Amino acid sequence: MTNVLLSAKNLSHHYGSQVGCIDINFDIYPGEVLGVVGESGSGKTTLLKNISGLLQPSSGSVKFDTRVDGLKDIYLLSEPERRLLMRTDWGIVFQNARDGLRMNVSAGANVGERLMAIGARNYGNIRNEATDWLQNVEIGLERIDHYPETFSGGMLQRLQIARNLVTKPRLVFMDEPTSGLDVSVQARLLDLIRGLVSQLGIACVIVSHDLGVMRLLSNRLIVMHQGRVVEQGLTDQVLDDPQHPYSQLLVSSILPV
Amino acid sequence: MTAISGDRKRSSRLKEKTLDGYNFAYLDDQTKRMIRRATLKAVAIPGYQVPFGSREMPLPFGWGTGGIQVTASIIGIDDTLKVIDQGADDTTNAVNIRRFFAKTAGVETTENTSDASIIQTRHRIPEVKLKSDQIIVYQVPIPEPLRWIEPREQETRKMHALTEYGVMHVGLYENIAHFGKVTTSYDYPVQVNDHYVMSPSPIPKFDNPKMDKMPALQLFGAGREKRIYAVPPYTKVKSLDFDDHPFEIESWSECCALCGSSSSFLDEVITDDKGSRMFVCSDSNFCAERRAKGHKGPGLPRKLEIKDIE
Repeated sequence: MTNVLLSAKNLSHHYGSQVGCIDINFDIYPGEVLGVVGESGSGKTTLLKNISGLLQPSSGSVKFDTRVDGLKDIYLLSEPERRLLMRTDWGIVFQNARDGLRMNVSAGANVGERLMAIGARNYGNIRNEATDWLQNVEIGLERIDHYPETFSGGMLQRLQIARNLVTKPRLVFMDEPTSGLDVSVQARLLDLIRGLVSQLGIACVIVSHDLGVMRLLSNRLIVMHQGRVVEQGLTDQVLDDPQHPYSQLLVSSILPV
Repeated sequence: MTAISGDRKRSSRLKEKTLDGYNFAYLDDQTKRMIRRATLKAVAIPGYQVPFGSREMPLPFGWGTGGIQVTASIIGIDDTLKVIDQGADDTTNAVNIRRFFAKTAGVETTENTSDASIIQTRHRIPEVKLKSDQIIVYQVPIPEPLRWIEPREQETRKMHALTEYGVMHVGLYENIAHFGKVTTSYDYPVQVNDHYVMSPSPIPKFDNPKMDKMPALQLFGAGREKRIYAVPPYTKVKSLDFDDHPFEIESWSECCALCGSSSSFLDEVITDDKGSRMFVCSDSNFCAERRAKGHKGPGLPRKLEIKDIE
């Protein structure tokens, strides 16, 4: 049995009297893709922020298997350590690619930035890495010096993924990576993510309300409702035989094509 | 006894020379103290931007209010002041600031770099090597080197505190990707004492190497942005670069048309509407001194030839 990569214990978050999420427990193992589904307002994004170091939870702990010291609570790390972790071992793919990219620098610089942030100081090497990663995410090399503003929605999202994966993180958080993209672009992006994740053995937490996306990408599924986890299990198991009334409602709400 | 009579002599000199109704060097003493405190802190933490309560000065922001406030709070009656603007002593900004201190502080002013004890500057460091008993005060428009890539002040402060300067190289990367070399030619970012990345104010990168291990104290004042920072004497100042694209300064194929210097920073001057031009030293005092010693340049501007354009 491999070691736990990230472990959330009794995680709760309140916005004043408003509930973000309550009493969440789960573990993520290396190379595993965990899906989080639920309707809007069910606490998915709050949970993602809590476990990715962006928002300290009101109570509970989030532990990550750091390379040097093993399992450590990320909110007890010093700020420089946590920021280093976010730059190296983690990637965060935002729903809106514009939040995760620097729009005023070229695509190549966007990919290279994380390398420079961890100390790469050789232009040639940075350029080569950027070239490789643009190829990996199927962005034409003639676009390497173009600004993200000139990119389509799907390309922006792929560029954001390249920017995150260039430092070979062990865990990537994705918040609705495919929403706002049209169906054919979604399909290509999903294919790409699935390929990269399995090829590089990256663990992934994907938040989405799209069950189709989950069926395709995730190994395990968490169903959230009103801030609580109402059901968790293997993706196929949850989608084919939902136990909780809300999961049943969710599964039966998928529009047939 | 002699001390007291010395003081009397000085105060009478103060009275007869400075403007009636104004404090010595314009600023009130509380303000000067506040600025000195900020300056001391800045010297103690090389390259760190210390916030200070910038005052309204009798000229607009952007004309050197930061530099003037720093100068006003460090200047004494025995100081000799030199003010330069783009290297020259005789441009509007330089002439007016020099006159301002001559009026309000009654200090000696000079155009001669080696005679000055305080040099306030905009856009240049003098060509003559500065000495350890001199202070150079820079006028700074935008003190934050991270500003163009990170608009949030909270975030830039954190990045400074944690020495997270990877993004500074993004700008250099962009230059090389688009133009094949680093084209940033002024306000070229430097790292001070292996920690703080600092904006050297809009001096040409030609002057960056002069900042490294400079014997003189370097003070930077940004009036509008309300920041003071400093580089103490003999402090390491390194210009950022890539391993495979090392830092380089500008070079010219010509020498100064007036004094023939080939080692100084040259300005290109267009002399007519037919493409004639000449290159002259931007440091007017350096150029004049060389000419006084008998150095001569090629002189007359030449016609622009087709091969120059190609």
